[in-house]
Parts: sequence; C-alpha cells; structure tokens
Amino acid sequence: MAKQLITNFDFMRLRRAAVILSAILLTVSIGSLATLKLNVGIDFTGGTIIEVGYEQAVELQPIRELLQDNGYDDTIVQHFGSASEVLIRLVPDPEKDKAEVSSEIIRLLRANSDGRVEDRRVEFVGPQVGEELTEDGGLAVLYALIAILVYVAFRFEYRFSLGAVAALIHDVLITLGIFSLFRLDFDLSVLAALLAVIGYSLNDTIVVFDRVRENFRKLRKKTTIETVNYSVNQTISRTLMTSFTTLLVLLSLFFLGGEVIHAFALALIIGVVVGTYSSIYVATTTALALGISRSDLLLPEKEGEDPARP
Amino acid sequence: MVNRYAPWRYFLLVLIVVVGAVYALPNLYGEDPAVQISHRVNLIDEAELSLVQSLIDSENIDYRSIELEGNNILLRFDSEEGQLRAAGDIRALMEATDSRYTVALNLAPATPEWLAAMNALPMYLGLDLRGGVHFLMEVDMESAIEKSLQRTANELRSFLREEKQRYRAVQSDSDRIAIRFTDAAARDAARLVLEEEYRDYVFTDREDGRSWFIDVSYNETTLDEERRAAVEQNISTLKNRVNELGVAEPVIQRQGDSRVVVQLPGVQDTVRAKEILGATATLEFRLVHGSFTDWSAAQATGKAPIGARLYTQSNGDPVLLKRSVIATGDQVVGAASGIDQQSGTPDVTITMNAKGADRMAEITRDNIGKPMAVVFIEDKFEFEEIDGELRPKRRTDTEVINVATIRDQLSKRFHITGLDSTREARDLALLLRAGALRAPMVIIEERTVGPSLGQENIDRGFMSVMVGFALVLVFMAVYYKVFGLVANLALALNLVLMVAVLSLFQATLTLPGIAGIVLTVGMAVDANVLIFERIREEIRLGNTPQAAIFAGYEKAFGTIADANITTFIAAIVLFGFGTGPIQGFAVTLMIGIASSMFTAIFGTRAVINLIYGRKQVTRLAI
Repeated sequence: MAKQLITNFDFMRLRRAAVILSAILLTVSIGSLATLKLNVGIDFTGGTIIEVGYEQAVELQPIRELLQDNGYDDTIVQHFGSASEVLIRLVPDPEKDKAEVSSEIIRLLRANSDGRVEDRRVEFVGPQVGEELTEDGGLAVLYALIAILVYVAFRFEYRFSLGAVAALIHDVLITLGIFSLFRLDFDLSVLAALLAVIGYSLNDTIVVFDRVRENFRKLRKKTTIETVNYSVNQTISRTLMTSFTTLLVLLSLFFLGGEVIHAFALALIIGVVVGTYSSIYVATTTALALGISRSDLLLPEKEGEDPARP
Repeated sequence: MVNRYAPWRYFLLVLIVVVGAVYALPNLYGEDPAVQISHRVNLIDEAELSLVQSLIDSENIDYRSIELEGNNILLRFDSEEGQLRAAGDIRALMEATDSRYTVALNLAPATPEWLAAMNALPMYLGLDLRGGVHFLMEVDMESAIEKSLQRTANELRSFLREEKQRYRAVQSDSDRIAIRFTDAAARDAARLVLEEEYRDYVFTDREDGRSWFIDVSYNETTLDEERRAAVEQNISTLKNRVNELGVAEPVIQRQGDSRVVVQLPGVQDTVRAKEILGATATLEFRLVHGSFTDWSAAQATGKAPIGARLYTQSNGDPVLLKRSVIATGDQVVGAASGIDQQSGTPDVTITMNAKGADRMAEITRDNIGKPMAVVFIEDKFEFEEIDGELRPKRRTDTEVINVATIRDQLSKRFHITGLDSTREARDLALLLRAGALRAPMVIIEERTVGPSLGQENIDRGFMSVMVGFALVLVFMAVYYKVFGLVANLALALNLVLMVAVLSLFQATLTLPGIAGIVLTVGMAVDANVLIFERIREEIRLGNTPQAAIFAGYEKAFGTIADANITTFIAAIVLFGFGTGPIQGFAVTLMIGIASSMFTAIFGTRAVINLIYGRKQVTRLAI
C-alpha cells in the first residue's frame, strides 16, 4: 500500500538522549532561575524608565553626574538604539517612586542642555501595581495550563493531556531559563510572548497527538512505539514547515520591529524552537512513559467489536 | 471523483472578500491635521461655525474643510503649520468669550465620505503608535470615607440643633463620628431621634466615666455606596479637567473598584497634564476664632479651644479658625484668574452656586467687621511601608492664604487674593471650575510615548509585517508551487479580513497588536501546510489527484480545528488577565485564528476546486 515515506527516522530511538538533553536544559534553567533569578523589568518591580532624545549624540557621563548631583543616586544611564537617545532607569525606591519624579528629571535634563530634549517615553509603575502584575502574570500562566489540561483530557485522554502540559512547562521553564542565564530583560511583553509560546507549542503537540490517535485506530498490527514513531514521521515535515514560516516572521520582527519589541520577538523565537523540539519528544515521551496504549484511544463503539487488546 | 463547490459558496466567498476589502480600505487613507472645537454644555451650531470660518478666512489660513460633526466643529488642514496657527487664533477668540469652549488639536481620519457613510472607519491607533499619555490612578478610599464622615458630622450637628437635643460636641475621625453628651439621659433621647431619621448608620453607645458618647459609623451598604460615589465623582471631575486641557478623544474609564484609567492621545506637555489631573487643590472659607494672643497660646500648647482648629498662615504665623465651614470649593461654579486692581497681585474671581451663595450671604451679613480666612488645601502623597507592604500615604497641606476683614455682605461673586503667582491663580481657577475631586487620587502607573517615537513604532511595525509577510509568500510559492500560490491568496485575504474586523470593531491597534498580526500571519500558514502535506501523503499512497485533494482537506480538518481551539483558549486566558497592551495582542490573535480558519480551509478549497476540480487531472503541482 504505502509507496514510501519522505522520512522514516526512528525518532523514538533517541528518546533516552532526548530525556537527558531535556533534563540538562531544565536543570540549568531551574538552577539559573534559583540563583541568578530573572532580570525582571519595572512592570513587575515598580520603578521608573525615562527615554529621552537629544538632537545629536551625547555623552553619558555628564548626565550621570548631573543626576547624582541632584540626589538621584541609584540610576542606570545608557544609550538606547542610537547615541542621541538615552535611557534612564531608576532603581526602585519606595520613598522616591512617584509619578512626579520623571517630570523633575526631564526638567533637569532640559535645563542642562543647549538643544532640545524630547521626552520619547516615560514608564512609571507604582510598587503596588508591580506586585499585582507579578501575581496576575503567574496566575494567567497557571490558568492557561489548567484550561488546556482540561480541554486535551476531554478531547483525547488524560495521559496525553499530562504529556501536553509537561511539554508546555518544559518550554516555559527553558525560555525563562535562557532569559535568566543571559540576563535578558523580562518585562510585560515577554510575559505575553510566553503565553503565546504556550499556544504555539500546544498547537504543535496537538497535531502530533492527533496523528497518534488516528494511527492507533488504523494500524492495529504495530506496537505502541512503532505507531508513535510512524506518526511523528508523518507530521515532521509539517512541524518543521510551520516552525520555519513562523520563525521567518519572528526574525523580521526581531530585526526590524524596533527596540521596544525586541525582547518579545526573542522570547517567541526561543519558545518556537524549544516548542518544536518538545512537541516531538517531551509530549509523546511523557505520554508513553505514563503507559499510553492503543486501547486507551479506541472509539467506544469499536471496543465491543475488537476485544483483543495488545 | 470531482471536487466542486456549489455556486452559492463562491458567492459567499466573493461577498466576504468585497466586504472585507471595503472595511479594510479606510486604513489606507491616513489622517489630516485638524482642530476640534466643542462646548462643555451647549450644542455647537451654524452661528459658531460661520464665526470660526470668518476668523480663519480673515487670518488667511489655508484649510481643507470645515464642518459640523456631531457636537463639534471640525476644521481640517493640509499642513500642521496651518493647524497650529488656526488653533491659536480660535482659542484666543472662543475662550475669551466663554471659557467653556474647548479647542483641541486632533488628527482626523481622512476617510472618504462614501466609506464613512457605511461606517467603514480606520482602526484607532493606540497611544504607543500615535503618542500620548496613559495614567492609572487610584482613588484613596480611606480619605473618601473620612471626608464623607466630615460632611455627615456637619449634617448631624445641624440636625441635633434643629431637634433641640443637648449635645456637647460632634467629632469625626477616619472611621466614625463621636457625639459627646454630658449625661446618659441626653444621649438616650438623642439616640432615639437619630435612629428614627438615619436608618443607614450604625449607632453604638460608649462611656468613658466623664462623658457619654454615641459612635456613628456607616454600614456596609453605605460604605460601598460612598466608595462608588467617590470614584464616579472623581471621574466626572477628571473629564472636566481633561476638557480644560484641550485633549481630543480622551479615554477616562473606571477600572476595578478604586481605579481610573486616563488616556490622553497626543498630549505634548505631560508634566502639566500630570499636575492638573492629580491636583486636589481646593478652597475653604472659614471664620476666624479669637485674636492674635489666642493664636500664639494655641501654637505654644499645640491645643486648640473647642470649636476651633489651629492653622498656619502663608507668612508662618499661627491662626485659629472656626471648625464649621462657611463654604467649600465644591460650591464654586465659576472661577477666573486675573490681576487684582488695587494690589496688582494675582487674584481669582469666584462665582458660587445658589446654596453656597445663600450661606455666604447669611454668614457675612451677621459678621461684618470680623475677619474671615481663605484656606488652600492640597493633598500630597508619599509611599510608606506598612507591614511589609507599600501603601500610598496621604499628607494634607493646608495653608491660610488670606485673612481679611468682612467689610460688606458677600454673595454670589467675589474675589480672593493672596496667591503666590499668576500660574498658581490660573491653576486654582481651572481646578475650581472643573470641580473638586471627592477623594484624592494618586498616579500608580504612567506610560507616556512621545509623538516621534509613536511614528517610529508605526513605521517599524509596518515594515516588519511587510517583510515577514513577503518572506512567507516567497517560501510558500517555492515549496508548494500552485498550491502555495493559492495559500498566498488566502494569506493575503486573511490579512485583509483581520484589518477589516479590527476596523469594524473600532479596536485600538497597538504595537503588541501588530506583533499579534505578524504572529498570526506566520501561524495562519499552518492550516494550509497541514492540508498540503496530507494531500502529498495521499498522492504517495497512490490515490488519484481528485481523491487526494478531497481526503487531504477532509482529514486535516479535525487536526486544524483541535489545534486552533487550544490556541484560542490560550488567547482567551491572555485576554482575561491582560492589561491594555496584552489584551490588544490577545484580540488580534483571536481574530486571526478565526479568519485564518476560514481563509485557509474554505478559501483555498474554493480556488483549488476551481483550478483542478472540473477536469481530469493526472498531476498536481504541489
């Protein structure tokens, strides 16, 4: 019947290697999150960011000194995008964190500059807002995972559901781990990206599971491992294609979308790469380890006709 | 086997393409610089229209059009220069005649009339794209309740007096009012009449050995009611203040129980906007108690006599003022700043409402020759750590700006002086006009984007969508040949439909929204990839081209539906938890999922059927 498949790769043979790879990645990620922590932005900690634009390139040292002389001791001053744009970050300080601070600093910079100083962006987040956001953000991820767990359990089977969620936790942890390890800024847009990663990775996993289910019902002679292998082979070209087109778009966002969207695009790029890998290995491996077998996915009405179980 | 779609399906597809294209179209037209003139109370009519028109004509400013649009006059210009010149001239003319006119700079969509007539309008650009200010403000509820208790205390005082009850003092603090009596009999009598009249309050008896008290507090319903009223009145005051600032299309909305979101597109001077929005400055008029010797004695001991309170004058001297207030800033209906003719210092002319004017007349008539004080009250905030949690803490600055002898009976209109600068006089007049905040508010989040950064964000967002889109189109065409080209058609239609739906809902397009669109473009291909891979598979299995197409679409559908529904669930959760920008992302994602399902399955099938469905095909270009 079948002429020939494009790929006939024994994915499941590499299962052990994948488990080891995932274990290493997860250990490093969790270790990094525990020791280095996340470099969370003011969205979560509260604080002030001011971005100003000068007419020409400016030196940072005089700005630092100016701020220090006026009582703003804990500031980080850096160029942003180009040498004429300056980003000032105020270390959160409950006594000084007020909406008025940014106005004072802009006035100060204007008074001490010959040319125009344009306020390009001000972000101020009060301490209580930051705290809430951290809580709400964590809860959102949790709720998303629970909602998905329920839906997949309902559509497939609970072991698939656990497999899918294991893959998602895997993706989220590793993406967070990379952000922690490389000290990348974790802000609100990265949290949004993380939730999008969950959606994306899930999409991939469901496609593979869908095939596994179909093949379990169709190919009665094969073992469970063979069936999973066959299914992954059938879907691999689609998985790679979709990841590739999504990456094309994300790379365009990363390189052309501007500084503000940089972290967002990066989180998604990491998430898509890890998500592609996890939908092949983590999701199915977990489902297999939990003892998924053909009988679990047979349609109810067929069970009576086919009492023989492998 | 043949693959055919019934004619009605093609009709439906064409209809959706046309409707989608029409509603997406307004986004291509851009915006005109414009000036918008409105009045806070009255409707604007033809008379004002011709007045403005003749002014602009006489000043020789080129404009594109002038029209009445709802309750506004909208003037469009070809250049920003004309817009700015005209706005200055119109403001000088209109605001001099009536300060309730608002002249605001605006960007008006340049949508052609035939599109606007069909309600086809462009998407609304978010603050991160057009520039502007976003504030999240929190109402200080404790002080809202405290202020309400003060008002109630005043009311109880006059009620008890009218009922001829013998009480010693009525004093309010942060959560209750204490009424003091000299004996138990007086208290019990008062309690009876109070309970009869005020059913929403909770009364409790208390004794401390020397005096007898009734403690009055609010029950839960009244507390909720007071909190709700505080937020609502603050919102309406903020709206008035924003109008005074001259901002077009502001958003002022309640968020949660105690918060208000304020969005001001296109505001240039964010520093001033911040000062005006959060300002709580208001006035109180009180009679002076005693003489200078009493004041110094009170300052030395730190204790004020019964019925009086110790204040500081602007020169640092102490002064005692009577506890009961003659009038407050809430009773002011009009205020204009100017220069006092006699002293040459800045002053504010105040117009009171009927109730305030009556009381002012009554008290000043009875107290001619005695001094009266004007108290300037302003709330300031700082953060304080309480039990490891940071809470905003209020500090009220009160200053007696003026003590003057009452020479004559005052009534509806009068002047006050003693302000430090013309700027202070102008801001005070603005705040009195716009109404007081019922409770102080603190800005707990600010996001400001300057206009040039906004433009940059638009350009970059547009660029990245276009490049990403083009890359995907090329790749699909190369990899799937004819089928790839069909998928590209679907992808283009998907983009058009997303823009159309977003425009139709008048959704706000933000940078994360653009990211959502880009991401959806990438993921929308997925459905087609699934279908095409299935068709290839079916062909490898030896099926005929027609059967392969049929089976490909059939079998892929379940997978596509499952995958998209799960992503949709993630988007819903995202929307539910999200704040503004994240919600924008979630909405575009949801719309994208829905429209990509339609275009990638139904749309491509229709075209594929048209190409291959009717004839005998031996090979598919896939």
